[in-house]
Amino acid sequence: MFNPVVVTMIVRGLGETLYMTLLSTALAYVLGLPLGVIFVVTEKEGLCPNLYLNKILNVIINLTRSVPFLILLVAVLPFTRWVVGTTIGSNATVVPLVIAAAPFIARLVESSLKEVDIGVIEAAQSMGANPKEIICKVMLPEALPSLIVGCAIAVTTILSYSAMAGFVGGGGLGTIAINYGYHRYQKDIMFVTVALLVIVVQVLQEIGMKLAAICDKRK
Amino acid sequence: MKNAEPIIRLQNLSKTFVGADGEIKALEGITLDIYEGEIFGIIGMSGAGKSTLVRCINFLERPTQGTVIFNGRDLANLTNKELYKARQQMGMIFQQFNLLMQRTALGNVCFPLEIAGKSKTDAQTRAKELLELVGLADKADAYPAQLSGGQQQRVAIARALATNPKVLLCDEATSALDPSTTRGVLSLLKDINKRLGITIVVITHEMSVIEEICQRVTIIDNGHIAETGSVEEIFTRPKSQAARRLVYPEDKKIDCFIGKRCCRIVFDGSSSFEPIIASMVLEFRHTVNILFADTKNIDGQAFGQIVIQLPEAENTADRMIGYLRSKGLTVEEVDGYV
Repeated sequence: MFNPVVVTMIVRGLGETLYMTLLSTALAYVLGLPLGVIFVVTEKEGLCPNLYLNKILNVIINLTRSVPFLILLVAVLPFTRWVVGTTIGSNATVVPLVIAAAPFIARLVESSLKEVDIGVIEAAQSMGANPKEIICKVMLPEALPSLIVGCAIAVTTILSYSAMAGFVGGGGLGTIAINYGYHRYQKDIMFVTVALLVIVVQVLQEIGMKLAAICDKRK
Repeated sequence: MKNAEPIIRLQNLSKTFVGADGEIKALEGITLDIYEGEIFGIIGMSGAGKSTLVRCINFLERPTQGTVIFNGRDLANLTNKELYKARQQMGMIFQQFNLLMQRTALGNVCFPLEIAGKSKTDAQTRAKELLELVGLADKADAYPAQLSGGQQQRVAIARALATNPKVLLCDEATSALDPSTTRGVLSLLKDINKRLGITIVVITHEMSVIEEICQRVTIIDNGHIAETGSVEEIFTRPKSQAARRLVYPEDKKIDCFIGKRCCRIVFDGSSSFEPIIASMVLEFRHTVNILFADTKNIDGQAFGQIVIQLPEAENTADRMIGYLRSKGLTVEEVDGYV
């Protein structure tokens, strides 16, 4: 059953899964981190209150988050084709993953930033720091351990989304599990891929927690 | 000192917050002059508005009405950029220290210098000097979580002084510290005032803090100024009700001090050299009334019993009983003595 061909396929699937997950996470943070920051600072009691912008962002984030990933995946197919030129394979999966993960990450960033002691921000204001300095030198560094924990959560969520993309030929371990386990009843291959997914999640989660603990100077 | 130019001048300052249940007037009609080089106290009960007042001085809160003139300039007329610059002339320390937890002590002191645009090496050199000044040169690489409360407040003071401010605002700076640490921090503030000539504004609810370091004081009561004057004057002749409440906080209690609860203490051989009742009174700062006593000293050991009347405050009475028990005495509550 596990001849070299299958093994190579699984190894390649693992590689694709990691590629999709990590690239999507990175790109989703490029969007989600600023989005989360802007959301927090434009709140009523924030650094630069702007209720109008805040409301709009809130609606956008909630809308994107409430669409089930599988539906979103299909709905953005035209956009995906426009961006990467195809709708199958791991590169094509990155597009919906980023779209789905960015608002999720914005929420994670929001909750991390809100953990920062308001008194510390006030202290920075009393020293004449401007909003940009407060964001870059106070809020983000002070929230770092929490942001890293959030990142670990985001990575594992994106990983499970990427497996879901297997249904539409998204590549990676998810595709293998669905093609062999679901369409061809080869349960052994499915078990191996699922086990690999579980291990990857464990490892990523563990790395995240360790990193957060190292960065945390609060105890 | 009166002939000097005031460094901070508050004129008819009011601050109103719009809350869920209508407007709340936190401050009303505050007019105050604080002179260069003095240590000025602002005292009031919690909720009197003193924290709002100090936040109006550096415009962390914009007053609803009135003006704040700092160093000859009306803060309301400044652009944001000018306001940030002005704030660098006013250091501030807080009850909860508010240090950056992810930065070392040195990093914390460097922070305002970075904000002021100093280079990294300049900032570090200056920060080291300041940590030296507050007696924490050896803790430069420690994170706040590794420091005691008193040490954290010293780092905060060093941080507040980094940009050579003209004024240091202290918002309940010693309220989270124990008495001996408080004394240490206060004497540091006094020393800084003398050595650097910096004006210090102390906000507190403790008269002892005012007594220890301030020259002049204003009493805030319910958002208004009740009284302003030299500390001496207010201590000896408090005119307003609010001042009297602060100067003689136990005023009323003295009359109906003693409660109805009595207890019998049985001495069955503890050391008679230890003045247990007297120590208890000193420790709790509440008197007890001795109703009956019959003890004998036999070879340095006390035998017999004493019946005392306990203070009215329930928990003080309970704690006193606990205290006596912890000294190995048999204590039982008795009725019928009062």
